[in-house]
Amino acid sequence: MKNKLIAIFLGLSLVSVPLAAHHGNAAYDTSKTITVKATVTEWFWANPHCFLRLDAKDDKGNVVHWSIEASNPSDMVNLGWSKQSFKPGDEVTASFNPVKNGAPVGRIQQVVLADGQVLSGRVVFKATDSNP
Amino acid sequence: MAKLSVSVAAAMAIVAAVTFSFPANSQTSATDQSAPKDEKAAPAPRHDISGTWDPGNDGIQPLGPRAMPEDGKPEHQIPYTPLGLETLNTHRPSNGTRSVLPGDTNDPVVYCDPQGMPREDLYELRTTQIFQTPLKVVILYQFGKLWRAVWTDGRDLPKDPEPRWYGYSIGKWVDDYTFVVQTSGIDERTWVDRAGRPHSGDLIVEERFHRADRDHLELSVTINDPKMYTKPWVALDKLRFKLEPPDFDVREMICSPSEFAEYNKIIGMPASGKEPQ
Repeated sequence: MKNKLIAIFLGLSLVSVPLAAHHGNAAYDTSKTITVKATVTEWFWANPHCFLRLDAKDDKGNVVHWSIEASNPSDMVNLGWSKQSFKPGDEVTASFNPVKNGAPVGRIQQVVLADGQVLSGRVVFKATDSNP
Repeated sequence: MAKLSVSVAAAMAIVAAVTFSFPANSQTSATDQSAPKDEKAAPAPRHDISGTWDPGNDGIQPLGPRAMPEDGKPEHQIPYTPLGLETLNTHRPSNGTRSVLPGDTNDPVVYCDPQGMPREDLYELRTTQIFQTPLKVVILYQFGKLWRAVWTDGRDLPKDPEPRWYGYSIGKWVDDYTFVVQTSGIDERTWVDRAGRPHSGDLIVEERFHRADRDHLELSVTINDPKMYTKPWVALDKLRFKLEPPDFDVREMICSPSEFAEYNKIIGMPASGKEPQ
């Protein structure tokens, strides 16, 4: 019975919302998630998609300039993000699906700030988007 | 039921908390789009669809309209004419089963062309404000921050309309709670939806706005274009909106060519292998 309950919960966990699903996944390897500790260099808050630019070191100590995208500002506000969420120099831990062609580009799953706050990149289904 | 260990129960609780904070993706579901009726719903006012209406994320419709997404399923096959299919194949969308890479799409909306009708209903349909005057109903859309006027003074659709991105619309009440709009004269450059379905200048779009109760509005959209489709097809079937309070502030969602150029330079083109960052 315990194993059945575990299986049910694991099965249900697969029915979660794909992030930013209103834009195609053709470019991204959704089977892979990369997590980096990085320094923010730019935060672009605009349509069609917000994106974060980061510098992170790879396994060999070389700096990689990542560009990872989120959704549009209206969607991101509903997830607790804002134009003030990042500034250059911020230290973050970012998790994202990389593009298939090996370019340093990705689609955000979540970003953890230096103070431990977690910003999720998953689009939430709710019926309001009023300004705070 | 056997007792669960503390660690297993904790893990399950974490999974449940994460899972159930995100309801199952309903963007591609075309089944039963009208939500269950609230048994205690306040009655609908007569001849009144005014208000600020929010469809939640059900209006985003990334794979095409909710009643007919481009998902390859047999029940979602559209009745194209030969010209319809030929025109479809010139469209390279960036969503759905016919999707191309972001840098290869020729979706005009990606490059900030107007969505037009009916696409404004069928992609990124967000918070929608409706105002009624004695002569017309005016609809304000969040995506693109634009408006449409629907004439209610009894006029007919023009016989030889000048093409407009959003067409020319007339509407009337067919019962106390249902307002039906016909739109024609739509510029052929627009796509019907995000999936790239085509239309000709002969397209007539029918929208049915049904005030289900005081707090809910349902929208249905039918596509009628004999040049492109052998018969009319339903793009939206009672998409449900919730009434927001009168002081609800609607955010901007605007396609800026300069912002898109920056996005394309940093994300779109590199993701498509087109040019280095």
